[in-house]
Amino acid sequence: MTEPLVMARALVKRFGNFVAVDHIDFDVLPGEAFGFLGPNGAGKSSTMRMIGATSPRSGGELRVLGVEPDDYGPQVRARLGVVPQEDNLDTELSVSDNLYVYGRYFGIPRRQLRQRVAELLDFAQLAERAGDRVNDLSGGMKRRLTIARSLVNQPELLLLDEPTTGLDPQARHLLWDRLHRLKRSGVTLLVTTHYMEEAEQLCDRLVVMDRGRIAAMGSPRQLIERYVSREVVELRFDDEEAPAMASLVNGLAPHTEALADRLLLYTEDGDLTAQAVARRGLKPTNVLVRRASLEDVFLRLTGRQLVD
Amino acid sequence: MAGTQVPMRLRPLHYFWATFRRQWRSDISTTFLTPVLYLASIGAGLGSFIKGGQVLASLGGEDYLSFVAPALLVTTAMQVAVSRSTYDVYGCKNWWSGAYRSMLAAPLSVGDIVTGHLAWVAARVGLASAFYLAVSAAFGAVHSPAAAADLVVGPVVGLAFAAPIIAYAITVRHEQPFVMIFRLVMVPLFLFSGTFFPLSQLPTGLRYIAYVLPLWHGVELSRGLYQGSLGAWPALGHLAYLVVVIAVGSMAASRTYRKELAP
Ligand SMILES: Nc1ncnc2c1ncn2[C@@H]1O[C@H](COP(=O)(O)OP(=O)(O)OP(=O)(O)O)[C@@H](O)[C@H]1O
Ligand SMILES: [Mg+2]
Repeated sequence: MTEPLVMARALVKRFGNFVAVDHIDFDVLPGEAFGFLGPNGAGKSSTMRMIGATSPRSGGELRVLGVEPDDYGPQVRARLGVVPQEDNLDTELSVSDNLYVYGRYFGIPRRQLRQRVAELLDFAQLAERAGDRVNDLSGGMKRRLTIARSLVNQPELLLLDEPTTGLDPQARHLLWDRLHRLKRSGVTLLVTTHYMEEAEQLCDRLVVMDRGRIAAMGSPRQLIERYVSREVVELRFDDEEAPAMASLVNGLAPHTEALADRLLLYTEDGDLTAQAVARRGLKPTNVLVRRASLEDVFLRLTGRQLVD
Repeated sequence: MAGTQVPMRLRPLHYFWATFRRQWRSDISTTFLTPVLYLASIGAGLGSFIKGGQVLASLGGEDYLSFVAPALLVTTAMQVAVSRSTYDVYGCKNWWSGAYRSMLAAPLSVGDIVTGHLAWVAARVGLASAFYLAVSAAFGAVHSPAAAADLVVGPVVGLAFAAPIIAYAITVRHEQPFVMIFRLVMVPLFLFSGTFFPLSQLPTGLRYIAYVLPLWHGVELSRGLYQGSLGAWPALGHLAYLVVVIAVGSMAASRTYRKELAP
């Protein structure tokens, strides 16, 4: 049995009377990529900040790298890499000064640090921009720099809070590639996201979080198998009439969800179900047969969509 | 130096130093030009105007420049400290700069951030004091080598302002209150702390206000050092008072910083 790098039991975070994280349990094992998938306000960042030892827990148990983060904050942070949801770069400094100054916070000796900075500039593909002010970088470049900077101390555990939010698809794939490389080199990843594609791409295991609670836990494949069927038939309607149509598809699929403009029919064979829909004489404006995703899992578990 | 570790509480200086290296030219010119202008206008202008024996006697027998110059060193210390502990704190905390947040993601603690920021203020005040001392010596206002101790008095006075002010500055949501600190605290203190005329000229009530606030203690220390007339007991009394203000301010800052940065 390997000891988990992060262990939470009945973990709670309150802000005043408001409960942001409500008794959650999970373990993060060495070498895995573990995800928190959930909508805005689910409590993902609050959880990450507690793990990152910058926010005291309000209740329950939490161990990070074998110790209590509330009691050993600096020691824990010395071994962590943290990519917060909002970039915390020193915007008025140059790209390389950002890496250098941050490395000095960790007490890395000058000479060693200079070499490390050069490596990280390459990793982030920012070597040509080394002397530019961070303010002048694009959003994607800043994000890459934040991630590179979090690696300055060669962390065992990397916390990534929505690493790719706001990036275009190309920049996102580049970052995923970087994170896969890190994972192969043995770094444990903890990722929050509200992109199901990101969760499917990056995470070995994940929890679906909603309103401070964990709704389900497993690998992306397990979650899909457990909570939804293999395929989905999407029937799109005009004018928000989808809910009214819901009764007309009764019996066509083991499970149906009605959204404002769509009906989702969960089924083992999408084409067969689509044919059955046509035989009933329904006239949706569009019919789409696709594989079920984590988005569907989330909808099934909470009755709401992930990205609103 | 290779292999020596900078203590955690001084590591925030890496950041401040990096920002200073980028902008020292503009910073330095304002810090350094102001005292030259003040001393020139008072020494050559106002000073030669106030020559009446009665006035000078009430100032302690020296010329007016020698009366004002040591006080201006301390008011400069206050000004440098206040600007470095208002807008700089606001800047370090907020979204456009991640300075504090990135220190806190690294192994620095909230206490290290407070100490580090105050150390930076002290260094900046020390630099300004050194320059001031040199300029006022060139104007002939320094009458004792003891004035060199102002290199310590300046930063101590600066910290007595900076510590309580950063405790407040970390909590503000916009910059307007800083303007009020400048207008309602700094300007009156600048004018009524025995800087341009002895405190004995003030009505008793106002005099007691001046006793409570840090600036007058600094002015007394600096003036005594410039003229070589500072007694050991008054010196200890003034210093002790300033150190208490610094200690209380720093403790308050640790609390407010923790509340704001690590909720
Ligand atoms: N410092 C704070 N003070 C008060 N309430 C807070 C604070 N930080 C977070 N909250 C509240 O806690 C809840 C969870 O916030 P959190 O940032 O953890 O959500 P999240 O899952 O990261 O959401 P998002 O996807 O929008 O980033 C929200 O309702 C938020 O308003
Ligand atoms: Mg968040």
